[in-house]
Amino acid sequence: MSLLMDAGAWLGDPANWSGDNGVPTRTVQHLAITGAAVGIAAAVALPAGVLIGHTRRGAGLVGALSGAARAIPTLGLLTLFGLAYGIGLKASLAALVVLAVPSILAGAYAGVQAVDAATVSAARAVGMRPRQVLFGVELPLAAPVVVGGVRAAVLQVVATATLAAYIADYGLGRYLFAGLKSRDYAQMLAGALLVAALALLLELAFAAAQRYAATRIADPARSDRNDTRTVQKGPTS
Amino acid sequence: MKRSLPGQRPRKRRALAAALAVAGTAALTACSGGDPFDSGSDGGDGDTIVIGSQDYYSNEIIAEIYAQALEEAGYTVDRQFRIGQREAYLPEIEDGTIDLFPEYSGPLLQYWNAETSVNLPDEVYAELEGAVPDGLRVLDQSPANDQDSYTVTQEFADEWGLTAIGDLAEVTTPLVLGGNSEAETRAYGPAGMMETYGIEIGFTPIEDGGGPLTVQALEDGDIQLAVIYTASPAIAQGGLVTLEDTEGLFLASNVVPLASDNVDDEAAAIIDGISAGMDTEDLIALNVRSVEEELPAATIAEDWLAENPQ
Repeated sequence: MSLLMDAGAWLGDPANWSGDNGVPTRTVQHLAITGAAVGIAAAVALPAGVLIGHTRRGAGLVGALSGAARAIPTLGLLTLFGLAYGIGLKASLAALVVLAVPSILAGAYAGVQAVDAATVSAARAVGMRPRQVLFGVELPLAAPVVVGGVRAAVLQVVATATLAAYIADYGLGRYLFAGLKSRDYAQMLAGALLVAALALLLELAFAAAQRYAATRIADPARSDRNDTRTVQKGPTS
Repeated sequence: MKRSLPGQRPRKRRALAAALAVAGTAALTACSGGDPFDSGSDGGDGDTIVIGSQDYYSNEIIAEIYAQALEEAGYTVDRQFRIGQREAYLPEIEDGTIDLFPEYSGPLLQYWNAETSVNLPDEVYAELEGAVPDGLRVLDQSPANDQDSYTVTQEFADEWGLTAIGDLAEVTTPLVLGGNSEAETRAYGPAGMMETYGIEIGFTPIEDGGGPLTVQALEDGDIQLAVIYTASPAIAQGGLVTLEDTEGLFLASNVVPLASDNVDDEAAAIIDGISAGMDTEDLIALNVRSVEEELPAATIAEDWLAENPQ
């Protein structure tokens, strides 16, 4: 309990909120590497996943690959990349991209694949071109699952981005490593709390995004229906 | 259903217990190299010298060298190796269960005197002699040390003609130290370097404790200095050079045998001979053989004694 209070005191100390090792700087760094890792992973995995879901080819391969990739320990990967690329951000970024890819890939292909085949046939039947089917029908309907995949990836990466501090002077992980080795557990716990708070905030944001995708993008009719209902309610009440 | 379960479970448990027992025994025998159930209760009498070692492969090799040299001279030796860390085994030495133990001067002094401020080998040894409790003594310290120190690549050392930490003052390019986060705030970090040697260095955290990533960063030139144990096999494997610490930035940690009164003068003379004949390069070579050739401590010790007859 006193440890928790020490961590609170550490967080309350203005000295820890300024400079290169201050909480704002470290938080921005942490968000930056999280964003970069998820961004790169999305740029690779989203098109690939959508394509696989659309063509329904190679789904088994993706399932196996992303399942296997999830089992890779990120710290081991970081050491490998560190030996290959040297210390610094490149190795941690590469390791985090590998961490983020499976969730995004699985979300993208599962979302697109799950779109009702009858709906796709209907879209073709009314004369939509393949591009229109993809962007006008499949992607909007898949949106909640696709966003869910990105959400899972963000959560994993923001928590694991502490490892960036393993080989670089970067991110909130610095508080954890510095605290661990010098037995400054208040600093360590404060760092952990900051990472948890950041993960929670991002989780809330993505939960909202996923809800938006489900109600507004995948099923715009639902909001229309609601509107109609209110209109209908008018005269009866 | 329920009735069949009790009948099945014990069988499974027995199999599991047997498997665990086998694995456990294998692990124990592999670790100690002796009878794990012999607690060494016969230690302390005049006939047998009980030798212990840390749970650290390098320390075990030194202990094995002591053991073989004493056996050669006709002593009966009881090996109690791989006991653990200092907090675990020192009470055993203090109460006389173990007679002889290869120790390291600085950390041993800090165990008995946490407030000590000396760092240089001779000062540490002098203070250690006074700090040892009654019934124990330290034999001569060896020039071989196994301690933290600044390490550079051979190339970098050649380029600037470096042999000691003080020579770094001649280097005109920026110096960056890579090591665990703790190094940034420890006495031997950038602040201590400024205070003791007046040399400014930067810092980059690499959290693998002087492991492969640190060595790689040295080779890549991402860092120029790393904190690596002086006896680490990485020194020989990676073509690295340990800089001599003339001003005592790091706590000296020379190999020093801790002995009880049960170690008589003749035995002490043998051990002193070993200490005098071993330097840090020997220690690195012993460690490299253990790590690279995966030889048992007994073989490595035997070979070293053959080359360095006592």
